Amino acid sequence: MAKSVARTRPQTGKERWEEETLKPFLEKHPERKERFITVSNEEIQRLYTPEDVEDFDYERDLGYPGEYPFTRGVYPTMYRGRLWTMRQFAGFGTAEETNQRFKYLLKEGQTGLSTAFDMPTLMGLDSDYPLAHGEVGVEGVAVDTLRDFEILFDGIPLDEVSTSFTINPSAPVIYAMYIAIADQQGVPREKIRGTIQNDMLKEFIAQKEWVMPPKPSVDLIVDVFEFGIRETPKFNLISISGYHIREAGSTAVQELAFTLADGMAYVEAALERGIDVDALAPQLSFFFNSHNSFFEEIAKFRAARRIWARVMRERYGAQNPRSWMLKFHTQTAGCSLTEQQPLNNIVRVTLQALAAVLGGTQSLHTNSYDEALALPTEEAVRIALRTQQILAYESGVADVIDPLGGSYFVEALTNRVEEQALDYIRKIEEMGDGSMLQGVLRGIEDGFFQKEIADAAYTYQKQVDSGEQVIVGVNKYTIEEDRKPNILRIDPDVEKRQLARLKKVKEERDNAQVEKCLRALKGALERGENAMPYILEAVKAYATVGEIMGVFREVHGSYREPAMI
Amino acid sequence: MSTKTPTPERSSEEAPTKRIRVLMAKAGLDGHDRGVKVIARALRDAGMEVIYTGLHNTPEQVVRAALQEDVDVIGVSILSGAHMTIFPRILELMKEYGMEDVLLIGGGIIPDDDKQKLKEMGVREIFGPGASTEEIVEFIRREVHEQKQK
Repeated sequence: MAKSVARTRPQTGKERWEEETLKPFLEKHPERKERFITVSNEEIQRLYTPEDVEDFDYERDLGYPGEYPFTRGVYPTMYRGRLWTMRQFAGFGTAEETNQRFKYLLKEGQTGLSTAFDMPTLMGLDSDYPLAHGEVGVEGVAVDTLRDFEILFDGIPLDEVSTSFTINPSAPVIYAMYIAIADQQGVPREKIRGTIQNDMLKEFIAQKEWVMPPKPSVDLIVDVFEFGIRETPKFNLISISGYHIREAGSTAVQELAFTLADGMAYVEAALERGIDVDALAPQLSFFFNSHNSFFEEIAKFRAARRIWARVMRERYGAQNPRSWMLKFHTQTAGCSLTEQQPLNNIVRVTLQALAAVLGGTQSLHTNSYDEALALPTEEAVRIALRTQQILAYESGVADVIDPLGGSYFVEALTNRVEEQALDYIRKIEEMGDGSMLQGVLRGIEDGFFQKEIADAAYTYQKQVDSGEQVIVGVNKYTIEEDRKPNILRIDPDVEKRQLARLKKVKEERDNAQVEKCLRALKGALERGENAMPYILEAVKAYATVGEIMGVFREVHGSYREPAMI
Repeated sequence: MSTKTPTPERSSEEAPTKRIRVLMAKAGLDGHDRGVKVIARALRDAGMEVIYTGLHNTPEQVVRAALQEDVDVIGVSILSGAHMTIFPRILELMKEYGMEDVLLIGGGIIPDDDKQKLKEMGVREIFGPGASTEEIVEFIRREVHEQKQK
């Protein structure tokens, strides 16, 4: 900052301004507060000038859209060519209800499907498992067998939609079910498009859904890579996710750093298996959060592309420019929604969605304003989708590529986010003695990531409690409200209906065939063979999610996290 | 499986006012542990003894842990939507074990109507998103104090 001590170099323009204009002004009119910070507790200066981007080299640091290092965007025309995919996450009750919601969303102009599963399905358990009681079909759709998938995609041709599946430990089973439906519909496997989340490292770090320990979990993901490169070349085999890391309370930099570290760990695991980096890379995708601090989020997205491009080309030697591109989905921050004055959430979501678009996202889910209360109603979902449509068609923000590129502030912030993320990545690499895969596994085992995130979450909550972080309607401008919003209720009969269907499938299927498939899968696991072909066979025999994942539990053991605050 | 916070300055000579003991628990299948950890730390910083169960507990495991640890308060976090199954079962077990003097509070995304019903059943309070840690600390101190007056 400005100093009046003897200078050995000439005064810069900014220093002159600070001394001559700013200082006398501040004496009479102090600023609103001492520190101006982002939601991630990063201090922001009052003004950014060319001095803040002195080392900036346009060709090296930004380049052109569709070219290395892709800071400005992965495609040469970005949204002028094709808008981002508007993809609202949906799923509740039984397959029938979710199938109806899918058809509603397609009719309303949504361009991709995104499936939410209930907790038992996510954890690789069946609806009739004792701990599943009360959770069947509640937070998403219940899926036990291929029969549920046949209903879920009834009347939806798989060669015309792309479908995203937000599921992790049991992702390989769900992926196999989707392939089985394609086979039934006569759609060639190489034509199916979509994404499975299939990112276990961030589960151990943040979201906490698992079946078996970290190492065999990564091995199974690599099985999916091997199988998917060959069989479904248009399908994203993983969505390396920062979203949940952020929702668990991390800062923007931690979200970015841990996600890219996970991505590098998966690439290394694949390389160890002998998979060619250029064969795999185009089928990797990413998933980020878009939170409240508008510019910090945009900087995060831009830095993500630049770091990944450099890592893939320089560290892993990828040759194909497509391998260098970081393509990502964004969801607005669920944790930023407030239960108080819920309509205010529409405005929050709009700003977060705008940040994602200005950051160059490939697809976007906008949260519904009522999601701090319950699952969203149809009306709330429609407003969320309309928010994207208004951004896309009315605001003009989609008409120009990377409109904030060149802003002193945004470039300086992009550089800073990048440097801080690289610091973390180096630290993780050291934890693994040069291996990112080992570093991430060690970090999970030692609780490194979990503690970093819990610390950040606690710092933020204390800032909210003290009023340093303002949340309108929560710690400022509060009102007494009589909240009786219209919320979505899950029919309590859902569990009964789902249990009845599961029972019927178990009675009608060829149980000897199921047994045979499960035994074959177990043998494959013991021999260290790729599990995917065996999972697919078991799925086609109507084995349940719980039965199939049960084989993995049996062979590799269950996982329990050491509890720590 | 559970973790305990260290208990500083607890000498056996002087009998200080007994610190409030709290079991913080995640019940059900969901892994959303941001809130439960923030609250656990805030209670600890406010001078309470906090025991955290970790994830994925059944109502039986929660109540048994509370009984073993002889806590004053059980705080259960649920964000899976299974609250109308899990809380009534915990209350039932608490009754079975004669734990009527233990305060049961909850946290999570729980609709107002359900909150009302749960409070009628005996859950003392439900804190949703936006509740401040100070509010929760104050509530526990007041309720535990009143319970001890009885």
